[in-house]
Amino acid sequence: MSELAQLNMVEAINQGLGQLLEEDSQALLMGEDIGANGGVFRATAGLQQRFGEDRVIDTPLSEAGFVGAAIGMCLVGLHPVVEIQFDAFVYPAFEQLISQAGRFRWRTRGKYGLPLVIRIPYGGGTRAPELHSDSPETLFSHMPGLRVVVPSDPLSAGEMLLAAAKYGDPVIFLEPKRMYRRGRQPVPAKFPDGDLDHALVRRPGDDLTLVAYGAMIEVVEGAADRLQDEGISARVLDLRCIYPLDRESLLNAAEETGRVLVVHEAARHCGVGAEVAALLQEEAADVLLAPTLRVTGMDMPFPLAQNEDDALPSVERVLAAAHTMLEY
Amino acid sequence: MLGLAETEMVAALRKWPREVALDLFQAMARLRTFDERAVILQRQGRIGTYPTFYGEEAVQAASVKALQSRDWLFPTYRQTAVVTLRGCPALVPLLMWRGHPGGWHDVMDYRVAPVCVPVATNLPHAVGAAWGAKLRHEDLVALGYGGDGSTSAGDFHEACNLAAVVQAPVIFLITNNQWAISTPLSKQTRVRRVADKGAAYGIPAIRVDAFDVFACYQAVGEAAARGRAGEGPTLIEAIGYRLGPHGTADEPSLYRDLELDRLWDPMEPLRRTQAGLVRAGVAEEAELDQIRADAGAELRDIGDAIEAEPPVTVEEIAGTVHRETPWGLLPDGLREPSWRAGGGDQG
Ligand SMILES: Cc1ncc(C[n+]2csc(CCOP(=O)(O)OP(=O)(O)O)c2C)c(N)n1
Ligand SMILES: [Mg+2]
Repeated sequence: MSELAQLNMVEAINQGLGQLLEEDSQALLMGEDIGANGGVFRATAGLQQRFGEDRVIDTPLSEAGFVGAAIGMCLVGLHPVVEIQFDAFVYPAFEQLISQAGRFRWRTRGKYGLPLVIRIPYGGGTRAPELHSDSPETLFSHMPGLRVVVPSDPLSAGEMLLAAAKYGDPVIFLEPKRMYRRGRQPVPAKFPDGDLDHALVRRPGDDLTLVAYGAMIEVVEGAADRLQDEGISARVLDLRCIYPLDRESLLNAAEETGRVLVVHEAARHCGVGAEVAALLQEEAADVLLAPTLRVTGMDMPFPLAQNEDDALPSVERVLAAAHTMLEY
Repeated sequence: MLGLAETEMVAALRKWPREVALDLFQAMARLRTFDERAVILQRQGRIGTYPTFYGEEAVQAASVKALQSRDWLFPTYRQTAVVTLRGCPALVPLLMWRGHPGGWHDVMDYRVAPVCVPVATNLPHAVGAAWGAKLRHEDLVALGYGGDGSTSAGDFHEACNLAAVVQAPVIFLITNNQWAISTPLSKQTRVRRVADKGAAYGIPAIRVDAFDVFACYQAVGEAAARGRAGEGPTLIEAIGYRLGPHGTADEPSLYRDLELDRLWDPMEPLRRTQAGLVRAGVAEEAELDQIRADAGAELRDIGDAIEAEPPVTVEEIAGTVHRETPWGLLPDGLREPSWRAGGGDQG
């Protein structure tokens, strides 16, 4: 085992990108301001200096253009990892991702995939201006052909990033930017191969399961602490994979805890919570002790800074919903 | 160095009536005050991250003053203060940067569209407003703002093409400050002149010194006259330099030689215009100092004012999303359901 460094999430992503560029001569990074500037969040800091301008590429301001170009690059054997500067700025590239990237394997009758990763810093809680706080995971998981993943800590960010780069089909890699500098974690100098299939039980528990991902893990951990003080044992399941869902972990949670509460900051309507609740209804209704509740963002544009805390799920809201379920 | 030689500037200044010159100067002074104050408020933690427009006062002031109040403006994050030149209190755009919903100005009162953050998304709107007015036989033009970076985005190109095809009386005012965050113009485009892009669409283009308020005033005025005469769109490339960081969160030392900033700073338009006005005998130094002081006085207590603004509840905001608020956005729908009290109230 190599030595462990204490890294935060953005440093872990930086290390993972460096590892990828070292191990895979066909890998390259592209995006706006990722070179000398190191990206607006510094996720690519130092990489252009290390790997040169042909492998860490500053693009013009044209998301539709460079995401579309990344598809073409895949055809000639490259493995592009694209950085979108902020969540909402992926929308100009939506066409390329939805009508093109997601359909490529299907159009080649299953034979060829696109080894494409789209990294998107996403989510609220950073007091940012309008359209710098969106949570677009549902949009991508609703449309066919894309894998959608969300790490919640430095280690899984690094491992899942490498797994995404090696996967061979397009992966929408959502980085909860609120967690970028939140906490440090021991991380190996070389990330082992991760996977894109498994949720992680972050805390064992028997009385109910709190399902969350990204920055909401911190919120449900806080709620689990408070429940523990009340003598209630809450499992924390970090979903990590939005598409496809880790069906087995969710069914186990239903079976073993009887109550499954879903928390996400994206809007409620047609959100991940709805999908989890439907899955449990279809496949685990017989073992559920209470209907699944959702604690989510609101069905409205993500509020400006002064009101963002009202819209983001809080420990209190999670507790209230948990109690409702426990008392059902 | 770009721009008119000093003597030419003095000559140009003599061309304009004194009221126009002073009006432009006052508008620039107000924009400068807003910008300086916003940067301070950001440092004090009273507003969030803020994209300063230090150095773009000339082109922005000219863009408003060269048009009529019936003409429409389509701003981006870089022009949030132009609405104040249409009579909106500075409090409003500052509330926007504070993340308070009171920051949305009244679009119809000022004929200034909501600020568009995703680059170039405002430009097709400007085309539509101009085209729509033409279809309705209304005498108005629309002006959409952009940067050098915006001319790489698809929406810019679609807007240009559409405007030219339908001969919409629209003005694309592209401030080429030679940077898009850390991306220099040379990595943004291979054309040496952003104005050259007009040719691809059959749109006449004007190049103008972004630091010269009178030149900008003339350019926008000419473009508006073309639009009003039924001659269609105009692309204006206002050439300048981004004299400051991209915004308060930006660190230019990572990607550009700060010596360049020092070399460009003398072009800063407010001081330069003041000196020109004095040299041309249009106004006395003291008079211009007074205009600047008055602009400053207007905003003296603005920090307290933005903090005194009563908060808006998220329920109120939820009621502003649709004409008829769907159940999921009503206060009951905003909460997690509770079965204890028979559904609804959670206590
Ligand atoms: C579609 C989109 N992509 C990325 C961004 C992030 N971003 C904000 S400003 C900016 C640079 C814009 O440069 P330019 O058009 O030259 O205008 P300037 O900021 O120099 O006024 C970028 C990349 C954005 N706002 N919209
Ligand atoms: Mg620019």
